[in-house]
Amino acid sequence: MADQIQLRVNGKTVSVTAGTVVAAAVAQAGQTRFRRSVQGEARGPLCGMGICMECRVTINGQAHGRSCQTLCQEAMEVRTDE
Amino acid sequence: MNETRLRFEVVVVGAGPAGLAAACAAAENGCRTALVDDTPWLGGQIWRGQQAHPANPKAARWVERFRRAKASLLDQCTVLGPADRRTLLAEHPDGPRQIEWERLILAAGARELFLPFPGWTLPGNFGPGGLQSLAKHGWPVAGKRIVLAGSGPLLLAVGGGLRKMGASIVSINEQAPLSRLISFATGLLAWPAKLAQAARLKWTLRGTPFRCGVWPVGAEGGEQLRAVTLSDGRRQWMEACDLLACGFGLVPNVELPLALGCQLDDEFVRVDPWQASSVAGVYAAGELTGIGGADAALVEGEIAGLAASGKEEAARRLMARRAAWRRFGADLGAAFALREEVARLAAAETVVCRCEDVRFDRMKSFAGWRDAKLQTRCGMGSCQGRVCGAAARVLFGWGMESVRPPVLPARVESLCADFLTDQSPVRK
Repeated sequence: MADQIQLRVNGKTVSVTAGTVVAAAVAQAGQTRFRRSVQGEARGPLCGMGICMECRVTINGQAHGRSCQTLCQEAMEVRTDE
Repeated sequence: MNETRLRFEVVVVGAGPAGLAAACAAAENGCRTALVDDTPWLGGQIWRGQQAHPANPKAARWVERFRRAKASLLDQCTVLGPADRRTLLAEHPDGPRQIEWERLILAAGARELFLPFPGWTLPGNFGPGGLQSLAKHGWPVAGKRIVLAGSGPLLLAVGGGLRKMGASIVSINEQAPLSRLISFATGLLAWPAKLAQAARLKWTLRGTPFRCGVWPVGAEGGEQLRAVTLSDGRRQWMEACDLLACGFGLVPNVELPLALGCQLDDEFVRVDPWQASSVAGVYAAGELTGIGGADAALVEGEIAGLAASGKEEAARRLMARRAAWRRFGADLGAAFALREEVARLAAAETVVCRCEDVRFDRMKSFAGWRDAKLQTRCGMGSCQGRVCGAAARVLFGWGMESVRPPVLPARVESLCADFLTDQSPVRK
């Protein structure tokens, strides 16, 4: 496994170390809001353990991925706010 | 294609301390055993990250023992519920899995208890354990100002861990009064290892204010948390921070046990001396049966694994140790019992159910959880009430009601797979 992984968060390239979860890559990209709630409030990860679903993002086109439980992979495409 | 239907004598759900110990005990005694976990890591939440960077010798020993025990590891496998009497339906990134068991050991662990207060939904507010987990997996904390609040020994442990990662810990605020913590600390004299651990943490956190009898009453910020307001019951003050880590203890993940029909005592899975639940062939161990920490979980897991392998005598020899760790858990629970004030922090417009944005004043008029769900959709979003259901128990005294599979959001093809094996005409 390469030590550094490159992925894209909302089109911006981020380089992270192997073992980084997608949620952390989103934060490293400077994005604090992961999604908008049903009434439009800004939300980000809460539980960090795959339970609260607040960290869900679109990963490689698949919506509702739990970014706190998913490891970054080379060339991953991540989108927030979807 | 991956094998989608798997058969084992013993299936263990949850790869934390209880599940690791259970899987080791069953596999070492000759049972064809599988350990199933939601994550790509061994060790559960408490030992998360230990696999890649072992810092905790006990965790490293158990992971190594598991590797030698020759049990199958089904990681990244989210259990959705029972497919039939002896089969679990699970979801893996490659597709659905059906896992058949003869004996099933549930070790699903616990999650953090979140209690709503104005501003708790802002990005930047985490559970302490959650922030620690994220930080271990790359969430940037170096140079961040972090306030810890809520309750439990985790606050100190997480504060110490984050400080070592370069965070600036503004303060640690424990809601329990000093008097109770002093008597708990005195009791720790009987647990030298725990006392040494606490002393090491205190040293790591020298210079950081550690306050007792203080709790959060609000968080400020527009789209991102910027400050937290704390109270000691007499006065309130604001502390600027980048992140807040706030949790009020742990609640067991009883959704799967409930879906399987296991009876609960209060909020925990009822077990007999062999860790057997009320459902034949189904055992439970660890935080599911009572919050006791990793050591209680290890011994309970080992007893469950031995009992599920027919090794009653070996299991019996561990029962005295289990009793001791359960006493420790009970002392812990008494020391960090929640004060009434923390159940009254939500304002009328504070969101309680974050998935459906249901606010406190909408929920409070209902008689119970079921009524509130039907009328407001609280607890019916993607977390299925895992966050607000536990909060509602504290806020309104509402008990947990039935659980319906799937116990977590699932892809449609995972649910259809069940029909496919039944020769139903449904095809993708």
